[in-house]
Amino acid sequence: MSALLELKGLSLAFGGLRVLDRLDLHVNEGEIVSVIGPNGAGKTTLFNVITGLYRPDEGEILLDGESIAGLPTNVIATKGVARTFQTIRLFLNMTVKENVMAATYGKTRTGPLRSILRTPGARREEREVARLAEEKLAFFGQRLMGYRWDQPAYSLSYANRRRLEIARATAMEPRILLLDEPAAGMNPKETHEITELIAQLRTDGGHTILVIEHDMHVVEGISDRVVALDHGEKIAEGSFEEVATDPRVVEAYLGTKAASTK
Amino acid sequence: MPQLPRDEERSTGQPRIGTDEWVASVEGRRQRRSGVLGQLLERLGQLPFWAPLLVVAAFGLLFPFLTDSDYVVRVGFNALVFALLALGLNIVVGYAGLLDLGYIAFFGFGAYAYAVLSSNKFDIHLATVPTLLVVVVASALLGLVLGLPSGRVTGDYLAIVTLFFAQIFVTFTTNANRITLPWGDRPLDLTGGPNGIGGVDPFSLFGVEAIAVTSYFYIALVLVVLGMLALHVLSESRTGRAWKAVREDPLAAEAMTIPVFRLKLLAFAFGAATAGLTGSLFAAQQIGVFPQNFELPLLITIYAMVILGGAGSIPGVVLGALTITVVLEVLRGPDDARLLFYGGILLGLAIAIRPWQRLAAVLAGTALFGFLVHVVVGSLWPRGTARVAAQGEGLVGSIVEAWVLLPTEPGTIGNVAFVVLVASVLGMTLLRPLWRAVLLVPTLYLAAFVWENRLIFQPSVTRLLILGALLVVLMNARPQGLFGTARVEIV
Repeated sequence: MSALLELKGLSLAFGGLRVLDRLDLHVNEGEIVSVIGPNGAGKTTLFNVITGLYRPDEGEILLDGESIAGLPTNVIATKGVARTFQTIRLFLNMTVKENVMAATYGKTRTGPLRSILRTPGARREEREVARLAEEKLAFFGQRLMGYRWDQPAYSLSYANRRRLEIARATAMEPRILLLDEPAAGMNPKETHEITELIAQLRTDGGHTILVIEHDMHVVEGISDRVVALDHGEKIAEGSFEEVATDPRVVEAYLGTKAASTK
Repeated sequence: MPQLPRDEERSTGQPRIGTDEWVASVEGRRQRRSGVLGQLLERLGQLPFWAPLLVVAAFGLLFPFLTDSDYVVRVGFNALVFALLALGLNIVVGYAGLLDLGYIAFFGFGAYAYAVLSSNKFDIHLATVPTLLVVVVASALLGLVLGLPSGRVTGDYLAIVTLFFAQIFVTFTTNANRITLPWGDRPLDLTGGPNGIGGVDPFSLFGVEAIAVTSYFYIALVLVVLGMLALHVLSESRTGRAWKAVREDPLAAEAMTIPVFRLKLLAFAFGAATAGLTGSLFAAQQIGVFPQNFELPLLITIYAMVILGGAGSIPGVVLGALTITVVLEVLRGPDDARLLFYGGILLGLAIAIRPWQRLAAVLAGTALFGFLVHVVVGSLWPRGTARVAAQGEGLVGSIVEAWVLLPTEPGTIGNVAFVVLVASVLGMTLLRPLWRAVLLVPTLYLAAFVWENRLIFQPSVTRLLILGALLVVLMNARPQGLFGTARVEIV
């Protein structure tokens, strides 16, 4: 079986700094894969390369066997790669519902003139998009429902902003969902919730997920497979147990001395 | 240690501090505090979208019947032209968030294109509807071209690039009356140079020629109402949402399947098409086009309208356009200008000074101060109060004469007073509220003195001065504009 997302020998350098170094990675359909690594290991850069914000110097990115390296970001997104951001990037001055509806741009067709004339097709599409947004927001229980639909996104709490960002990404109905530190800045209770939520995104939402996460409890709770990066290189891959006890991973996180005394 | 809310606070029905509901309503509470004006506008802002539309349409329909002066109707027409321009600019600036300073050139382009296609200039007299179609499409295409830099150049830099375009347009129209063509033997006169193009055909719709200014007024009214309607529908459509997403965060928008560059171009094209159509209307009504119709002050005025009304708000920008046109017009006549001057000051004080007891004290103090100064100066230096009030008849005149010093030769002393007034206003901003209120009394009196002795004689300078002061006060009171919603940049 071929992988849904496959990276082959991906390299990227900023001047003399090698940020990604011949990286191989694959994510199968229905899998949850975690990427871990110390700060500056190249995790977010990896996401930026997959989503087309950076063009890789070398290597291939295959989505369902089709090369997407070098395509514009919005085209890659339309082909089914959705993401969230480490520093939340919502459309702050739009309402909660508009935020989610905006992400359906790629798979809807109504042009501005048909919108102005309110043709039956345009109205039907608008209704469908609104229904889809409500459905995606309902995924988070009552948190983003009701009166919140019409409130500006900036009025949400930090945790709800993270949830809204995930809702926005799922509204694209992507093939693969890239989550960049979904539990960052959350308290223990919220972290626990987000762990369950990511599992639900697969079971109920049917999403394939590639996730960057620092919180090892989350990583342990959700991952089918864990990939550890350091200095842009893959230093370990396997189950959480295997990766967490790998000497190179311990070294990357804690330094050589700690690794040797363990 | 943070204070936990006590039980009685919880039972008031208010959300607890720090919970989502509380955070969500912070904005509302902040606006509630922003005084009478803020509250009024808040209420108005909550009306359904067709309410302002209905008001504009109904008032517009009746307007020409309320006056028998062509001049007043022409002012109304100008206001509607500005409203159309503001609506178009609202797409580019308010929705897509692109600082387009070349906007005025599309207005000019539309006007010149119409003039070239239907006037005696080249003896081309196309019918109105096809001409307008050509103009709108051509303007939109020009908008696409000007939008091209926006792919790489953003923010303030885009403003510079587009400003250059606006300047080039005026320079081009002023000089394009002697273009040397490689194949022609005579230089081509395209725009008539500084003299512009005269003898432009009037609009002719459904077999009726529009000659009277009232006809143009109604055409403009229909366009404004249609424009408001279209913009409202558009703002809550797929394209409108995408524009706003581009404004909020282009990178996130791109990652959410939105082709950012294409939408920027689309916004430029829509804005340009609106401005082009408005330009044609303007040219037909004026029966001519001249380069100086499209210079930078006009652009600044349109921006002032959009910002005053609240960028992004449809009734807001229309109201902004109507307000500024009317204010500028009213300030031409000294009598109305006086009313606006004192009215503006009173309104500003009412907004800025709270509690009302302090406001009353300041006003009473100023009145008393004036009469005292008048009595003292009158007995020591009779010539200081000897002049008759300018433009003052009846009650207003006698109040002014009994209260404000009117020296027989107001020239130098008026100029000095003006400088002192500006210094005193600036100085007040540095003081604590109580002292500010105290200093306000002589400053207000000084303002009246400067007005009655100096400014009232020079309406052409004064009207811009007053408009500026009005904008400063209003933008301080409501930075988001009259109907705008406060934008949050970083949270």
